[in-house]
Amino acid sequence: MRGPVKPGWLVEMIAVWGYVQRNYFLTKRYFMWEVVWLTFTTVNAMSITFIGAGAAEQPGGEAIPVEYYMTFLLIGALIWSYLSMIFDILSETVQWERWEGTIEYTFMSPTSRVTHLLGMGVYAIVYGIIRTAIVLGVAMLAFDLDLGNANYLAALIVLAVCSISLVGFGVVAAVMPLLSPEKGQQVTYIVSALLLLVSGVYYPVDVLPDWMEPLATVSPVTYGLEGSRDALLEGVGVTGLWGSIWPLLVMGVVFVPLGIWVFHLGENYAKRTGKLKRSG
Amino acid sequence: MKALELKNVDKSFKKRRGEVVRALDGISLSVGKGEVVGILGPNGSGKSTLVRVISTLVLPDAGSVEVFGVDAVRHPKQVQRSMNRVSVEASFFKKLSAMENLLYGAKLYGVTSREARPRIGEILENIGFARKRATEPMEHLSRGMQQKIALARALLTSPVLMLLDEPTTGLDPRSKKDVQAFILRIRTAHDSSILLCTHDMGEAEELCDRVGIMVDGRILALERPEELKRRYATNGRVPTLEETFMAATGFSVEEASAEGE
Repeated sequence: MRGPVKPGWLVEMIAVWGYVQRNYFLTKRYFMWEVVWLTFTTVNAMSITFIGAGAAEQPGGEAIPVEYYMTFLLIGALIWSYLSMIFDILSETVQWERWEGTIEYTFMSPTSRVTHLLGMGVYAIVYGIIRTAIVLGVAMLAFDLDLGNANYLAALIVLAVCSISLVGFGVVAAVMPLLSPEKGQQVTYIVSALLLLVSGVYYPVDVLPDWMEPLATVSPVTYGLEGSRDALLEGVGVTGLWGSIWPLLVMGVVFVPLGIWVFHLGENYAKRTGKLKRSG
Repeated sequence: MKALELKNVDKSFKKRRGEVVRALDGISLSVGKGEVVGILGPNGSGKSTLVRVISTLVLPDAGSVEVFGVDAVRHPKQVQRSMNRVSVEASFFKKLSAMENLLYGAKLYGVTSREARPRIGEILENIGFARKRATEPMEHLSRGMQQKIALARALLTSPVLMLLDEPTTGLDPRSKKDVQAFILRIRTAHDSSILLCTHDMGEAEELCDRVGIMVDGRILALERPEELKRRYATNGRVPTLEETFMAATGFSVEEASAEGE
């Protein structure tokens, strides 16, 4: 519709809202699936937390500080649930639209790819925060957690910075289905599984074999978890968390532009080879 | 200035076993401002690749594509603003309602919900789409209704160039007539230029100022329907467009729509 010409930034912002609103509408329509996933995530987090109680029952387990260990595991489960959700939503950007059949329509719209990915990222973060807060609420009712010293604000700041670097990481992964319509999405699941393995979600990173530990240093999840645990379990403030925050800032500065650049290359490749539409 | 101008456009795709398929072979064509140009061709003739190249979804190997004088390969964002496309698949979020899909589509072109809503109402009325059904999920609507919504979505962004890729394929006769009438209205009311790919001869003859025949990635002829038919006249008898198509391509209409499916 022709009206007064809007400035470019406003057109892009309207489109960002379009992506966020569309995803909200979809979440509403797939509400029963949301209930299923929320139940699964809550039960999963609780089961993992019970491992802490179980460990104390083992011979020699009396020495384990049960509440602390259970809180350690719950933080791992919750933060992994949140961060992996951001990664999954971003990395499924292409595959999801292929499945719905809308990918060509989205890719021929005049707003930029950065806008597209920004819209997906904003929704992933807001959605992830709401879902994780619900699971945390249930877990707090179910367990005696060791959160007496928790510095919630510092934990939120670490998670916010981590979310941005993980958006970049997810955008890099999102290019996989553009390169290979048949196997690309499966590769992103492998990346997600590797992040779970090396990032110290349920155990400290230093229990990993020597050859595996360097992988932990390039995962934003490692620093997100370290920082959040220090803030929630030990009450460490933002200044004390700088050791976790600066690697995340560096990763954000590297991964976000890298992700957008790689996605641009992937999109061009798909347009050259005719793989944009193909689903198999 | 032409609404659309293609010069010597080539596009090949590599298949799995290293086989190369030439989808577009030296395509040159133009669509004037306010003109409707039809491309007739069997499935697999390259019509959809042609539409994808123009709509910036496939990059050509060679040649130039200009939309209102702007190079579509070098400045895709600029040309995307001025065109829209309706394809044979309706391409919607199936669980979302027609209204939600339309509002989303509008926002991708910088049109807010407040601006889009009255326009959507007007368009839905024009295409005879019951307003109350606009809140139902797309998957509950018939193919004909979905295709009307696809046209409404395209029109909502006021494109000056419309790319219609078999918009009536698979529709029942009534829906087909409705959609064709709507295309005619778009042309007269919005002064849009239209490229229509189809294998429906009647549709091409009724809607198009010029008609081209495309086979194996090449356009064999592109003329006014009457001239095209006269070109294939035998013994002074001017054939129908269907007979012209058969003479030019070696395909019957049935084969044209079945080939490659």
